[in-house]
Amino acid sequence: MSVEVHGTPRRATILWLLLIAATLLTWGLGAADVAGRLTILILAVLSFWKGSVIILDFMALRHAPVLWRALTLGWMILVWAVIAIAYWKGISR
Amino acid sequence: MENTRNTATLAAAPGPRLAGDLAIWFFILAELLAFGVFFAAYAFTRAKNLELFNVEQQALNRGAGVINTMLLLTASYFVVRAVQAAERAASAQSARWLLAAICCGLGFIGVKLTEYSAAFAHGVSLSSSPFHMFYLSLTFFHFMHVILGLVILLALWNGARKGRYHAGDMNGMETGAAYWHMVDLVWLILFPLVYVIN
Repeated sequence: MSVEVHGTPRRATILWLLLIAATLLTWGLGAADVAGRLTILILAVLSFWKGSVIILDFMALRHAPVLWRALTLGWMILVWAVIAIAYWKGISR
Repeated sequence: MENTRNTATLAAAPGPRLAGDLAIWFFILAELLAFGVFFAAYAFTRAKNLELFNVEQQALNRGAGVINTMLLLTASYFVVRAVQAAERAASAQSARWLLAAICCGLGFIGVKLTEYSAAFAHGVSLSSSPFHMFYLSLTFFHFMHVILGLVILLALWNGARKGRYHAGDMNGMETGAAYWHMVDLVWLILFPLVYVIN
């Protein structure tokens, strides 16, 4: 059997169900209106995890040269870092 | 035939391989950069107008945002299944998965248009507040990408119906799929940032 960069249907289905579950969890946290650093941290981690599934599995960058994983995952880290800095700046005013 | 088999063996060879055309990946990087600057501008403007942003964010239809997140994730999953089917040379199946993805994308458009019309009815405009300016421009910028993504999926669907994609020639399919996933990826940051974090 050859190496398939797009994985198996079974793996894709499991990841999709987990992504939907993570979305509902994000909604639940938002609906509960629990503002605060911990909630934001959980939201950021969930969003980051979802993004990494899209990048590594759906975009199949897990099997790409490391440069492309670094650029896309690095983009996500940078964006969340900037959001975190702005958020911290906002609550410390 | 011999030639096709050689390419297929090459494509399936272990070792790093970038799925899709190199050009689309440069394009995706440029898009991610543009959205990244937009997200940063939103986050820092919010930090300076905390009360305003928090109050007006509460008025957004978060349920619509959640439904749209699920529609985009599901469309992305369907696109993955279409790519996998094409790799197995199951063209008819691949076309069906793409059609399902297109339906999800159209669902996103429908929900977004309903959301916009409700917002406009409440006097939301680009000039009504800094939050509204960001909400409308960020989501509309993304909305235009969804429309382009749908055009690309339609082209893939057409190609799949004609049996254009198979393990020996996945370039077109993988290139289009990568663009669609980028649209999904950006929404996964946009949604918590604009609709949830307060």
